[in-house]
Amino acid sequence: MSTQAAFAAALLDPQRPCPDGLFSANGADPASRFAVYRNNVQSSLINALADSYPVVLQLVGDEFFRAMAGLYVQSYPPQGPLINDYGKDFSEFIDSFEPAASVPYLADMARLERLRVQAYHAADAQPLRHEQIAAALSDPQALSELTVGFHPSLNLLTSAFAVVAIWAAHQQDATLAGIDLGHGQNALVLRNDLEVEVFAIDHGACTFIQNLRLGQPLAQALETAPDFDLSQTLALLISHNVITHLHHKVSP
Amino acid sequence: MNPLLSGLPPRSGLGLKTEHFREVLGAQPDIGFFEVHAENYMVAGGPFHHFLGLIREQYPLSLHGVGLSIGAEGPLDSQHLQRLAALIERYQPQSFSEHLAWSSHGPVFLNDLLPLAYDAPTLNRVCEHIDQVQSTLKRPMLLENPATYLAFQRSTIDEADFISEVIRRTGCGLLLDVNNVYVSCINHQRDPLAYIDALPLHAVGEIHLAGFAEDTDSLGDRLLIDDHGAPIDNAVWVLYRQVLERVGPIATLIERDNQLPVFSVLHAEARQADELLHCAGGRS
Repeated sequence: MSTQAAFAAALLDPQRPCPDGLFSANGADPASRFAVYRNNVQSSLINALADSYPVVLQLVGDEFFRAMAGLYVQSYPPQGPLINDYGKDFSEFIDSFEPAASVPYLADMARLERLRVQAYHAADAQPLRHEQIAAALSDPQALSELTVGFHPSLNLLTSAFAVVAIWAAHQQDATLAGIDLGHGQNALVLRNDLEVEVFAIDHGACTFIQNLRLGQPLAQALETAPDFDLSQTLALLISHNVITHLHHKVSP
Repeated sequence: MNPLLSGLPPRSGLGLKTEHFREVLGAQPDIGFFEVHAENYMVAGGPFHHFLGLIREQYPLSLHGVGLSIGAEGPLDSQHLQRLAALIERYQPQSFSEHLAWSSHGPVFLNDLLPLAYDAPTLNRVCEHIDQVQSTLKRPMLLENPATYLAFQRSTIDEADFISEVIRRTGCGLLLDVNNVYVSCINHQRDPLAYIDALPLHAVGEIHLAGFAEDTDSLGDRLLIDDHGAPIDNAVWVLYRQVLERVGPIATLIERDNQLPVFSVLHAEARQADELLHCAGGRS
């Protein structure tokens, strides 16, 4: 094993001894100094996860979170130098992490928080002005064939738990009293100007938006969506500035 | 200072923190320049680019990389190098700097600045990597001296001599981190001033100052840790004055990445450095 291979392996695995070939000028045990590097690597990566998943941390507490994140770091160290991206699949790790099973909505909270990070750093795009949208929507003939382009930050999450309500509670006093935790919710995540926003939307609205994202024109997107309030959903998308394109689908 | 190595003004600067974006734009404090970690801005869009773009219109900028892994045994990540080139094109920083360290092994990124064995193969490899960086970015870079906690039995070259030879061969400049000098010299029982005098001081393009944490090793001896989480230690201020006596006024960054205080506390440290820079200018 090369010097750096041995060094890297020992950094990530606390069970491994300090690598050979190291010394301290004062004769101190090199392991006591290697521990500084090991701690820097472990704690900086755990801190990066704590920054990205603040509500997951609140839900399980600091000690549990750091232990769980530490195991994730050891098994799945970053595969590149962009730490903003680190921990993309933390939710899948949580899914299979037995000790977290008593908090069944924890993995979905991680999914929601990951979408928030992605929305925060997503590409910029100019939303259509409200009057442009009004003009496009005013032609009932063309309406059904209209396709909608969304801001790159927009994303959806369907959860079997009240993930939006739980997230919102942790922006306030963190009490879950009054929340029906097992009531599934659909989350709409978007960035409105510089702020990332999260909304709970109907299942029908979620299906409709997902259909639009797949490029279906309005009429087709509506067909397969369960009942929902269309005008309210459009108003939400328009007022939060996430419609960036409206095109009339050219008939074949 | 060689103006080809760094276009930063001979003033103090601060690391730009997301927590301070709005305050900096609103109050427009008298700061010589701002420095950002390049990797934080390798994102598609959003608030980071929004605020950095606005702040860049008003302040000189130092782009400081923490992920290139110049000392790695393997090749440089060419995709990462292209991302750096794109950031430099976008923000036109007055200076670009990276570390004499490694942080990646194969695809795995370890998120720390790890120490190198100083021998001929490492010297050749570091010089090749710096040549590649400078030819890709089409500009000279500054190389930062490391803070280290351990040494390698394999090492055959003194650290200051190693840095001198890298600078001689590649034409890069030196980012003299005075805190790193102090931390390493305490940890390795060396004389900080003798270390500084062994460096190629003509090539200094920027200075870093920061605070350290203090621990003890297995013998109970002081073990200093470069954690950027405390005010600058008095011993580092003293060493900084001695550096300025030797190099004159050079752009000086106050680094603080952890235990972040309110902006005014950092600004006070910057003013303290500015006073020393002013005195150094009067003397030269």
